[in-house]
Amino acid sequence: MFDLPILSILTFLPLFGAACIFFLARGEREDVARTSRWMALWTSGAVFFVSLLIWFGFERGSADFQFVEKVLWIPGLNINYHMGVDGISALLVLLTTFLVPLCVLSSWEAVQSRVKEYMIAFLLLETLMIGTFCALDLVLFYVFFEAVLIPMFLIIGVWGGPRRVYSAFKFFIYTLLGSVLMLAAMITIFNTAGTTDIPTLLTTSFGEDLQFWLWLAFFASFAVKMPMWPVHTWLPDAHVEAPTAGSVILAGVLLKMGGYGFLRFSIPMFPDASLYFVPLVFGLSIIAVIYTSLVALVQEDMKKMIAYSSVAHMGFVTAGLFTFNQQGFEGAIYQMLSHGIVSAALFLCVGVVYDRLHTRVIARYGGVVNVMPKYSFAFMIFMLASVGLPGTGGFIGEFLILLGAFKANTLVAALLATGMVLGAAYMLLLYRRVVFGALVKEDVKAMLDMSPREIIIFAPLIVLVLWMGIYPIPFFDFMAAPVQQLLENFHQATAG
Amino acid sequence: MLYQDTLRLLPELFLAGSLIVLLIYGVFVGDSKTRSVVLLSFATLVAVAVLVWRMPGGAGVAFADQFQSDNFTRYAKILVLIGAGSCMLMSMRFIERAQMARFEFPILFLFATLGMMMMVSSNDLMSLYMGLELQSLALYVVAAFRRDTLRSTEAGLKYFVLGALSSGMLLYGISLVYGFVGTTGYDQLNQAIAGFRGEGQALPVGLVIGLVFVAAGLAFKVSAVPFHMWTPDVYEGAPTIVTAFFATAPKIAALAVFVRVMSEPFAALTDQWQQILVFVALASMILGAFAALNQSNIKRLMAYSSIGHVGYALVGLAAGTQAGVEAVLIYMAIYLIMNIGTFACILCMRRDGRMVEGIADLAGLSKSQPMMALALCIFMFSMAGIPPLLGFWGKWYVFAAALDAGLTWLVIIGVLSSVVGAFYYIRIIKIMYFDEAAEPFDNDTGAETGFIIGASAIAVVGLFVFLAPIENAAKVAASAVFGG
Repeated sequence: MFDLPILSILTFLPLFGAACIFFLARGEREDVARTSRWMALWTSGAVFFVSLLIWFGFERGSADFQFVEKVLWIPGLNINYHMGVDGISALLVLLTTFLVPLCVLSSWEAVQSRVKEYMIAFLLLETLMIGTFCALDLVLFYVFFEAVLIPMFLIIGVWGGPRRVYSAFKFFIYTLLGSVLMLAAMITIFNTAGTTDIPTLLTTSFGEDLQFWLWLAFFASFAVKMPMWPVHTWLPDAHVEAPTAGSVILAGVLLKMGGYGFLRFSIPMFPDASLYFVPLVFGLSIIAVIYTSLVALVQEDMKKMIAYSSVAHMGFVTAGLFTFNQQGFEGAIYQMLSHGIVSAALFLCVGVVYDRLHTRVIARYGGVVNVMPKYSFAFMIFMLASVGLPGTGGFIGEFLILLGAFKANTLVAALLATGMVLGAAYMLLLYRRVVFGALVKEDVKAMLDMSPREIIIFAPLIVLVLWMGIYPIPFFDFMAAPVQQLLENFHQATAG
Repeated sequence: MLYQDTLRLLPELFLAGSLIVLLIYGVFVGDSKTRSVVLLSFATLVAVAVLVWRMPGGAGVAFADQFQSDNFTRYAKILVLIGAGSCMLMSMRFIERAQMARFEFPILFLFATLGMMMMVSSNDLMSLYMGLELQSLALYVVAAFRRDTLRSTEAGLKYFVLGALSSGMLLYGISLVYGFVGTTGYDQLNQAIAGFRGEGQALPVGLVIGLVFVAAGLAFKVSAVPFHMWTPDVYEGAPTIVTAFFATAPKIAALAVFVRVMSEPFAALTDQWQQILVFVALASMILGAFAALNQSNIKRLMAYSSIGHVGYALVGLAAGTQAGVEAVLIYMAIYLIMNIGTFACILCMRRDGRMVEGIADLAGLSKSQPMMALALCIFMFSMAGIPPLLGFWGKWYVFAAALDAGLTWLVIIGVLSSVVGAFYYIRIIKIMYFDEAAEPFDNDTGAETGFIIGASAIAVVGLFVFLAPIENAAKVAASAVFGG
């Protein structure tokens, strides 16, 4: 439909922007900072508009990969630079391109040191995230997937809070540990199937024993990335220490890579093993949903609480994915999208008050509604979306997952529903303690409501959350066909 | 016949002739003109590299099967010459600052390089030994080149004693092999051993013991565990430029010889030496990862890092296949580029005219010297094997070869120890980027070191995308060993 290599432009435009900042932002410190900010905003904005071409040009109802580009990369290994998106990855690409400009805006004043390097790291991160979702070659995927660690490590470590070094290392080592095992599995796939081309591998079937080990290796990587209990502990640390925009990207996009990995690799390539490990995944998901919700209930730090809530929400996603029915799959994908928006927005909400009071301790706030009514309104919408109130994006995803889970296993569904109740409990508690209550603290009294810049950040998020809650059809149009095909292939493969 | 033989040996003959001329020149002009000797030596190495590249005599053996030249030797020699040439260039200002600007220094580098080229090209265990000794003797001297400092002399002496021990082991192994097979030529050994195997005879015990000794001697030279003990001390004690040299050229040459000896004369004994190599690779990877964790001296850290990297390279050899050899060759090239770049950065670590070697001295480098910090950051991530940097491909190829050969557990332990290794590489990045700035380094490194840092950094990023030339060269080189 388009002759231009849209996905390559999309992927490497941020890199180009980063290079421009690297070479062009010179002069006085203030000038450098200003130039870097504007260039980053322009670049990420341009990327978003280019990504709209996908939204409008994507052929709904087709399960095929679209906007495909294929160039031979490493002749000796027959590795191609192969890019393309289907309905699932297209939505995640759009999520990424949507969030990054908001992140740049949210860091406008919050980041004052080494602005140039910060913006370069962020644009680099955008390149890698888009590449991860577009890659249609295992090696290419791994390259993007793994390389994300580099800018994220630096963002947490350089611009993070007091325990940033510990958190950055924990993040890096945990994730690396998971992904090296996946690397070994990928090499095995390459040796067995003779190719790393994902569309080809989707129709390749591996022996059951091999599937078992490959599934476990991939699981190691995606479970850490997701993160699933009990390898989730890097996430609260990373979130607490990362700068606001870092948390937004971490919760909004990086966690989705795990779910995307399950959908793209584990389930279609190793169907027998996936079926075999259902109890494991369900078990871990339920623990994640219930246990981390309880942990979230007692947190004193706002970011930590939202981080634990992310783990719980991701537990819903994994549970939905392993129901192997249409509702479960679509719910999980929808939950990933809405969580990407909502948790990103919640971290931005925390960022707003943190910028004013420089603390994230819940008890230091109270009565914020009196001084910041606009902020309280935005926070309320996202809080309710996180709880899963009908009319917000969060509801559709969780509802579908529960529906799918009921079909698969009633007990699992019942336990997941308990998690939803707990989710409502901690989110409402957070909101009550921060926003309501008596306005007694002097410094809270002095807080100013949202600035125009902050309103610009939150407005599109609010619109999107409500849109996703009220009229979800456009999103389901994207994912229906690939989900259908995924299910058909899965049931065909496991029927024998 | 003689003409053809001479042509095949032309690069070595040219190097030998030039270095004698340079030696005489050096004697006449004295130490004051050391810089000109260094530059002429560098020019010589460039000329030799061109000769090696052109391979005037074509592939084949020479001088009564003592010497051979083919795509494998060409590949290894080019790498050795890149390593030696870079170190030569960087030594120019270094030896002046370190008060070791004597004209013998570049000449000894040339001698060592000549030895390496001879051993890479050997086609007989005897010519291998002679090349190895020429190389080692020159290196013993340069390790102790700062004879007025205790550390340097200690490093030289330690290297000499342990190096002599390893040479002795190698020679003992060679003599056992000769005693039980009756030849030292690669081709004859190959045929004779294949003969034992083909006839279903029991292998002579002495031959296997000889093989073990030869492998041990070679493991010494590549500093693989359990024969690694000399490495940290020598790397730390030797003048930094010498350490840089140790970490690059001789290591490449020794690895190449290791590959050649295992897969040519002892090809029929693959099942025997594979066990040794699996253990050696495993132990090197693990020790390289864990022992480096607590180092505070960057040269010592690089010593353990190189032990680890040798372990990864040997994983490829342990596979015992042509793909494995190809993987080792690719790994060698990648290792070389990363190490040249890293040591070029380490050579820049000078404060108030003195070398500093503590990792903590790098604190806040990203603020004081952002470009150097960026380059070192790239090298460290590359060594950790994180894509999109060159080091990733090195790991990919060796692990792919090993998995294909069924060495699954070796690979799993390998990838896990690479995570431990990543920890100390990113610790250096942490110190440069997260910590508060220390005093900046002296800014008088000279254009050539800066050029080498920049070129290596660009290569580490660029060759990741355009790997095909290295891969093709390695493929051709590996097929030369396997007679393809």
